[in-house]
Amino acid sequence: MIKAEQKPMDEILRYLSPYDRILLSGCGACVTVCHAGGEKEVELLASALKMAFRKSGKSLEVLEATPARQCEPEFASELSETIEKVEAVISIACGVGVQTLARHFPKTPVFPGVNTTFLGETVTHGVWEERCQACGNCILERTGGICPVARCAKQLFNGPCGGSSKGKCEIKREADCAWQLIYDRLKGLGQLYRMEEIIPARRWGVESRDSGPRRIVREDLKV
Amino acid sequence: MPAFDPKIVAFCCDQSGYPAADMAGSLELKLPRNVEIVRVPCAGRIETLYLLKALERGADGVLIFACYEQNCQFLRGNLRAKGRLSYAHRILEKIGIEKERIEICHLATNCGHKMAEALQRKSEQLKKLGPNPAKI
Repeated sequence: MIKAEQKPMDEILRYLSPYDRILLSGCGACVTVCHAGGEKEVELLASALKMAFRKSGKSLEVLEATPARQCEPEFASELSETIEKVEAVISIACGVGVQTLARHFPKTPVFPGVNTTFLGETVTHGVWEERCQACGNCILERTGGICPVARCAKQLFNGPCGGSSKGKCEIKREADCAWQLIYDRLKGLGQLYRMEEIIPARRWGVESRDSGPRRIVREDLKV
Repeated sequence: MPAFDPKIVAFCCDQSGYPAADMAGSLELKLPRNVEIVRVPCAGRIETLYLLKALERGADGVLIFACYEQNCQFLRGNLRAKGRLSYAHRILEKIGIEKERIEICHLATNCGHKMAEALQRKSEQLKKLGPNPAKI
């Protein structure tokens, strides 16, 4: 799922300084799971913002909402009536949610309250790690289910590099070497022969973000 | 101008803080005047939001009375409260409010005296800090 972290409070307060009535909108999907932008975080941030304003002798009215999925037009449009009552919106959904609101409400400024960080997995309570870069052409079947694009610092397709040491990465010492993980996993599966298959260079300009924003169209689902 | 009488919200775990408050009352121990006791089934029930809301809605300080560590009937409730307290501290620091306004005190059922002392100490500390500037 998409992972995010709350922006520094000073930055959020800076966005809000010209306003005294805002909507703080979370999202009931990914950012709820990573405790960055769910209903709870909306309540906490609203309370903190109101206190911060009060401390500096001003007042801030914060309307709160947490649509089920802020990135879906039908859920975003549920906010129409509320948005008419406010001067600006802070969205603590991911960057997609922020843009959905911006697209639907062209007259209201929408500010991000979180930094959208990566597509990741919950390793344990309170710990999330990057697992996918949405590169557009999944090769997990060749690498034992471990992604070298997301997890190797050098994004090597035919690793490991010479910097792998005792299972750790030379770029980020605390991180596991993705290719060591791939080796261990393939060995466990009895598929070490896969390490000998050369993975060809990718057409990054065609498959990935390098050629601009990507789009998926399903004609059968269009209405 | 009347002397500042800090308002303290005391979240009391039903297994330790609340019986201790009861004991402090039975022994007629001296307590600060402006204390609001909030009874919770376990300190683990106290969300970070409760700590902030208490300050937002008028408290000058907050005390959590929880069981001693490793003595929680629900195993980790008091540790969860401690974690949430530390998160609340981080939020207060970010908005420029003294984190000392919120504190945890571990005690047991028979600690009426300890509770009274903690509340008195908190009240004195809050008098020095002054009124909570963020209350609405």
